[in-house]
Amino acid sequence: MTAPIIPDFGGTPAAPAAKAPAKKASAKAAAEPVAVAAEAPKRKICFIASKGNLDMAYPALIMANAALGEGIETHIFFTFWGFDLVTERTMDSLKFTMLGNTAMHMPFAKNLPIWSGMGALPGMTTVATKMMKGQLDDLEIPSVREMLEIIVASGGHLWGCKLTFDMNGLAEDDLYEGVEAIISATDFIELSEGAQVIFV
Amino acid sequence: MPTTRIAERPIDVNDEGFLTNYDQWDEDLGAVLAGYAGIQEMTEEHWAVIRFLRADYPARKETATLRRTATVGGFDMKRLFVLFPGKPAKKMSYIAGLPKPKGCV
Repeated sequence: MTAPIIPDFGGTPAAPAAKAPAKKASAKAAAEPVAVAAEAPKRKICFIASKGNLDMAYPALIMANAALGEGIETHIFFTFWGFDLVTERTMDSLKFTMLGNTAMHMPFAKNLPIWSGMGALPGMTTVATKMMKGQLDDLEIPSVREMLEIIVASGGHLWGCKLTFDMNGLAEDDLYEGVEAIISATDFIELSEGAQVIFV
Repeated sequence: MPTTRIAERPIDVNDEGFLTNYDQWDEDLGAVLAGYAGIQEMTEEHWAVIRFLRADYPARKETATLRRTATVGGFDMKRLFVLFPGKPAKKMSYIAGLPKPKGCV
């Protein structure tokens, strides 16, 4: 009997080796702990979240969440403007500005670019932020706080940058509770050894 | 689409091995699939999650993501990672005989 086609579930200890040449009768084989499949090195990803605009908060959060779902060890290091994502005072009110963004289009006429300078008009940031939040809601994308909660519940690690923490004159109480510690640049370099590092 | 043999039955799967025919699944098969996904024993708690996924699928034609399982199904996210360790969304959908979830969150 040829081995059935089964997805790759990674090197979890109990997974029967899908590609093992000599696979015996299914039920029993499945119940037996099989030697850990020839180990690929365990994947690890570190995101550096350096931006505090609403639109730039999401890339690291969504990818971190996806990585955790794939069983990958995941860390996010919040630095500079990205610190706003884990600062209690700011994390629920991140904003989106059109200023400097040349990739804007009229929602009802996709070919019509919007002049980014319009973002300088009073109230435009509020309007643009509201619109973006509406779009995120339509797609059922959680808020920044809820994304962080999901990431922490999924076993992700959040770290704050010491330099930013000092620069912003913050105290521990100002931080989102999911942040594990405030660490230095050196700490982060050590922590990210062997990881894929993604700067956002 | 290939057909493979699981638990002495012909089962339609995609190239990756996920089941493609909703009606070929029953709980006996689910238990065998669980073994392939590295779950030694399916407890009632495991089954509750699988039953939610099965019930949620037909109307949406899309497998619930982890978040949907947590928010709509009312399961605790941390528990899902304990029950289906490693790649929970992939394992849950496989055991339930459903496609991999497409949603990003």
